[in-house]
Parts: sequence; structure tokens; C-alpha cells
Amino acid sequence: MTVESTAARKPRRSAGTKSTAGKRTTASTAPGAEPELVQLLTPEGERVKNAEYDKYVAGITPDELRGLYRDMVLTRRFDAEATSLQRQGELGLWASLLGQEAAQIGSGRATREDDYVFPTYREHGVAWCRGVDPANLLGMFRGVNNGGWDPNSNNFQLYTIVIGSQTLHATGYAMGVAKDGADSAVIAYFGDGASSQGDVAESFTFSAVYNAPVVFFCQNNQWAISEPTEKQTRVPLYQRAQGYGFPGVRVDGNDVLAVLAVTKWALERARSGEGPTLVEAYTYRMGAHTTSDDPTRYRGDEERLSWEAKDPILRLRRYLEASNHTDEGFFTELEEESEALGKRVREAVRAMPDPDHFAIFENVYADGHALVDEERAQFAAYQASFADGEGA
Amino acid sequence: MAAEKMALAKAINESLRRALESDPKVLVMGEDVGKLGGVFRVTDGLQKDFGESRVIDTPLAESGIVGTAIGLALRGYRPVVEIQFDGFVFPAYDQIVTQLAKMHARSLGKVKLPVVIRIPYGGGIGAVEHHSESPESLFAHVAGLKVVSPSNASDAYWMMQQAIQSDDPVIFFEPKRRYWDKAEVNPEAIPGPLHRAQVVRAGTDLTLVAYGPMVKLCQEVADAAAEEGKSLEVLDLRSVSPLDFDAIQASVEKTRRLVVVHEAPVFFGSGAEIAARITERCFYHLEAPVLRVGGYHAPYPPARLEEEYLPGLDRVLDAVDRALAY
Repeated sequence: MTVESTAARKPRRSAGTKSTAGKRTTASTAPGAEPELVQLLTPEGERVKNAEYDKYVAGITPDELRGLYRDMVLTRRFDAEATSLQRQGELGLWASLLGQEAAQIGSGRATREDDYVFPTYREHGVAWCRGVDPANLLGMFRGVNNGGWDPNSNNFQLYTIVIGSQTLHATGYAMGVAKDGADSAVIAYFGDGASSQGDVAESFTFSAVYNAPVVFFCQNNQWAISEPTEKQTRVPLYQRAQGYGFPGVRVDGNDVLAVLAVTKWALERARSGEGPTLVEAYTYRMGAHTTSDDPTRYRGDEERLSWEAKDPILRLRRYLEASNHTDEGFFTELEEESEALGKRVREAVRAMPDPDHFAIFENVYADGHALVDEERAQFAAYQASFADGEGA
Repeated sequence: MAAEKMALAKAINESLRRALESDPKVLVMGEDVGKLGGVFRVTDGLQKDFGESRVIDTPLAESGIVGTAIGLALRGYRPVVEIQFDGFVFPAYDQIVTQLAKMHARSLGKVKLPVVIRIPYGGGIGAVEHHSESPESLFAHVAGLKVVSPSNASDAYWMMQQAIQSDDPVIFFEPKRRYWDKAEVNPEAIPGPLHRAQVVRAGTDLTLVAYGPMVKLCQEVADAAAEEGKSLEVLDLRSVSPLDFDAIQASVEKTRRLVVVHEAPVFFGSGAEIAARITERCFYHLEAPVLRVGGYHAPYPPARLEEEYLPGLDRVLDAVDRALAY
């Protein structure tokens, strides 16, 4: 297993370009060996030094560390509430992020307000960091809309269900950022399954060719529904970047501090005109793919238990406690805040009205379309034909 | 640019030039569109005048072209992308159908994607496989897309202006075998609405409906029929989605007979939709069933067979005779 403590960062593959990447170019991983990954907190909560990435979290305050912990706890609580709401029949489906809190909070908190995020459908923790109301995420899972938030109010694009499509949108957006001469960056989320998609490969090509300021953030959670990562790739995913001419790095995806540091580094590269970076956050999908999935059909408890020992929340708690950054009051208050969040989300979902029937015809086109108008009128006439019979 | 006679390809070039000049957000992107000026030279000279940042030679990846165009549109740009040939659009079909067409609705109207996808389409130029297809129905079937196809240089100029100004994604099918046909283009003219059909020849006995490359053929059919004393009306649809059924209905209520002509296969083609709707709208006016002339339910044939596959003068006249015989 690879998520073991490593005090010194070992060499990793990266592209031999003349940027920062060049300086970081080192020997490749030996065939068959598991590559090293960047880790700043061991599963036991010990802080380990890292010559390259420490500086990206050097100034972090106890308050900010508690903030990361709070983000992860609240995200997990929200996620659990959504799973319950699905079981209660309030949601049609839920895609849980359980186990991926550090990967999402660490990367989400690395972004700046003017950066732009392109998520899949599981980035609830990133959405939280971007200030998207958690209740808003549930509309599509309840079936009242197919999105429902304004991407531009939080620079957080709508969830994308088609696997990998958003990596191209992120690349195009980043090309636009570069054309505008802006110094913001773009981050595209995707998973180990998506790494097999042509769109992801094409987004690597386009971003490399145009030197687009985009970070490709791959959460390798080991499973694409029932298919393990070995069904997607024969090389560690972060090494794919090398073939495109930009650096790739594997980070312990259950270590919020390491994810924060590595993502900050990658975003700064983008901002300073050094082009794309691939970050592979090595993590684990603790739950099912979605509430419709049954992981007992394809994986055993042993694997899950081994990852539970590397839980992202537990490890930061250990670190906070060992560093005397928290007291019992902090955890009690957070517990209360979590329950309040659960309650608020529950009530918001139950109060979510079904959409108006005519919403079918809304926003199909920005400038209108004669056929949509005609069919809306037919639908209205059809519905009106029942008016007399109502209440009879 | 003063009013002048120019080829259809040149008219699109001039229209793109005008858009690039008047709106800094307009971009042109695609394979070989820059230095080469496009394989049909439709974008000739644009990169030289507007630079590589606005006229962009892309990697050879259609999904990537459309996917990044979506991202650029999200950033506020108005990309005009070229798919080099009709048969090469399919790698991008996923991005067009699942992303481009639906983003406006998914965002409840918050996001607009003003992307124009130019596709040279249709046969008749003796090309190799995958270079002669007419896939317009595959796009017209998708809500969220608009689909247009000019038949002449003047329409090509103005419809491109309007497509770029549209806040909806527009699939712009260019009739490649008419690229070199010339007509007067007046940049001072006031164009009609983009999605309105035009009567290009008035007649009384039967209506011929077509768009893109088949309009010219239908005008030739009408000439030939006139020599036999038959008066055919020719309607240029210009837009396949939305489709101007009011214009077809008005014509059919007058002529009482309708033949639809397109290069695309007849089966599930736009003619099927027109026949169904006009039958419903004009049931008591029709003297004959709506007939269709188009490609067959077979792969587009090798070039030496395409004259047999494509609707030609005699095949359309045959349909006209059959309709008039009722």
C-alpha cells in the first residue's frame, strides 16, 4: 500500500519542460514499484517535512487548520444527510463523497475567488468551499432541475454527469483566461474512470499546446463503479502528464494539508503562465458509487477497513489534538453545527417544490424557437382540457 | 466591402471578417483554418489579419474543438468553429448533444453558449468516403440546437452574421458543392430573419421545398417543368431548426401539392417531419400525398455512383409528375 508515512519526498516523474517542471524533473519510478506520493500528515496525524511543498502551507494558522477540519466534518455530515434523504425517498439518487473529504476540501480551499471550478457530480466538498448552498446541490438529485445554481456567482460550473466532458470546458475556459490576460486559474475535477475518456486526453493535448492555466485534479478513488483502477490504466495516472509535456504529481488524497499544498503549487504554476498540471489525489471511495450501487458485489470489507485507518478527518483531528490547537469545546460546537446543517438541508429538501409543468419548455433556447412555442401552446391546451373535470 | 458578386465561400469569409472586426469576442477555430485558410479557403487570410489568438489552428480532435469552444463561450467568447467535413463531426457529437445543446436549460437560463459550428456538407464533388454526407437531421432532432443552411452567397453572408449574433448554438451547414457559385452580396442590405423561409420562385401547380445545395437543383427543375407548362413554386427553407412551417403551409394551401428534396437519406430525414406536419396542417388542401426525394438508406456511395444516389433533375421531375398525377 502506498499511503504510508514518508519523511522525505522521493523523486517523481515530471515533464522536462523549461519551467518549474524542469527543475523538478527527476528519475522515473522503477517498473512495478508503487510511486511515492506527497504526504504532510501521516495517518497517525504526524506532521512530516517536505522540502518542496512545506512552503505552500508554511503560514497556515491554527484557525485555518480548524477551518479545514470544520469543512471536512460539515461536508461529511451534509453527505450523510443526503444519503439518508435518498433512503427516505426524498432524493432519487445520491453520489456520496465519503472518504474523499480531504481531496476536495484541500483542493477547494487552495482556489482563489476568481479561479473557476469545473466539477463532476461528486464535488460536494469543493462546492462547499466555493460557497454554493449545499441545498442547491440536491435539486438535480431530487429531480426538480438539472442543475439549478448560477455557475458565475461562485465560479463553480454545474455538475457534469457525462464522464470527462468538463475537462475540455475547463481547458477552453482557461484558454479564455489566458487571452484575457487575467492571472486567475482553472481547476478541472475528474476521476480514475474518466482518465480513460477521450475528452480527458484531448483536454491534456489542448491545454499543453496552448499552455492553458488549468489544473487537472484527478481523484483516484480506486473504483469506477465496479471497475478498479487497474482496468483503466497500466501506469500510475499522474505519469500520464509526462507524455503531454507537463508535470504530474501524486498526492495523498486523504491528507488535507498535502492536497492543499500541492494544489496551491499547481494553481500558482497556472497563474504564472507555466501551463497545466496534473494532480492525482490518491484516495478511496468509502461508500457505494451512488445509492443505486451495491459494492459488496465487487469488493471486500478488508480493503475498506484498510482505508478507514487512513481516514482524512481522523488524521487531522489527531494532528490538531497533538498540537493543542483544539479543545473539547471546539468539537462539541462543531457537532452542534453539523446537526444544524443536517436539519437545514433536510428541511430545505422537503420544502423543495416540484417544478411548474411549463418548466419543460423554459430555457430550451436563449432566443426562442417556434417549435417550442407551438408545443408549449399545445401542452397548455391539453392541460386546460381537464380544467372542467377538476374537483369533480 | 462594397456590394459585389462573389462566391459563396468568399461570402462566408467576408462575413467572418466582418464579425472578427466588429466584435473582439469572436474567435475562429478549427483544423487548418489559420495559415492554410481552411481546406476550402473559407477562412483565407483571416489569421494573417487577426492573429493566431483569434484565428486558431487547433489540434486534430473534433471533440476537443467543440469542448474547448464551450469553455471559451463560458468565458464570454463567441467561437465560430469549423469541422473540416461533415463525416468528421461525430467525435464532437457527444459534446454537441450532451453539453452544448443542454447547458442553457441546465443552468435555468443563466448560461448562454453562442457557439457556431460550421460544417461543409453534402456530396457532388467526387470526394472520398466521409466527405459527402448530410447529417442535418441528427442535429435538428436535438433540442437546444439551431440548424441552418444557406443556398446562395448572399444568404451565406447574412446568415453567418446572424448565427454569430445568436445567443444559441447554431449548426451552420455549408453546401460545399455550391462554394464556388457566385451571387451579389450587399453588406448594406437589411437581411430577413434567420429562421424564415424564402420563396425563390413563385408558382401555382406544386411546391418544391429544399435548402442548401438542393435549392439550385429545384430551380432547375422548375425551369424544366415550365417548358412542359407546369408552374412550380420553389421554397428555400434556409433553416432546418426551427423550420418555417407557416411558409410551407402558405405555399401548399395555394399549390396543393408538395415535394421535399434533400441530399440526406429520406428515411427519418427532414422531409419526413415536413410531410407529417404539412399533412396535419393542410389535410383538406392536399391533392396528393407529400412526396420526398433524397438519398437512399445506404452508406454514401463511392464517387462514381454519387450521381445515382443524389437527387438529380430527372428524379425530382419524376416525383413532380407522380404528385401531379393524383
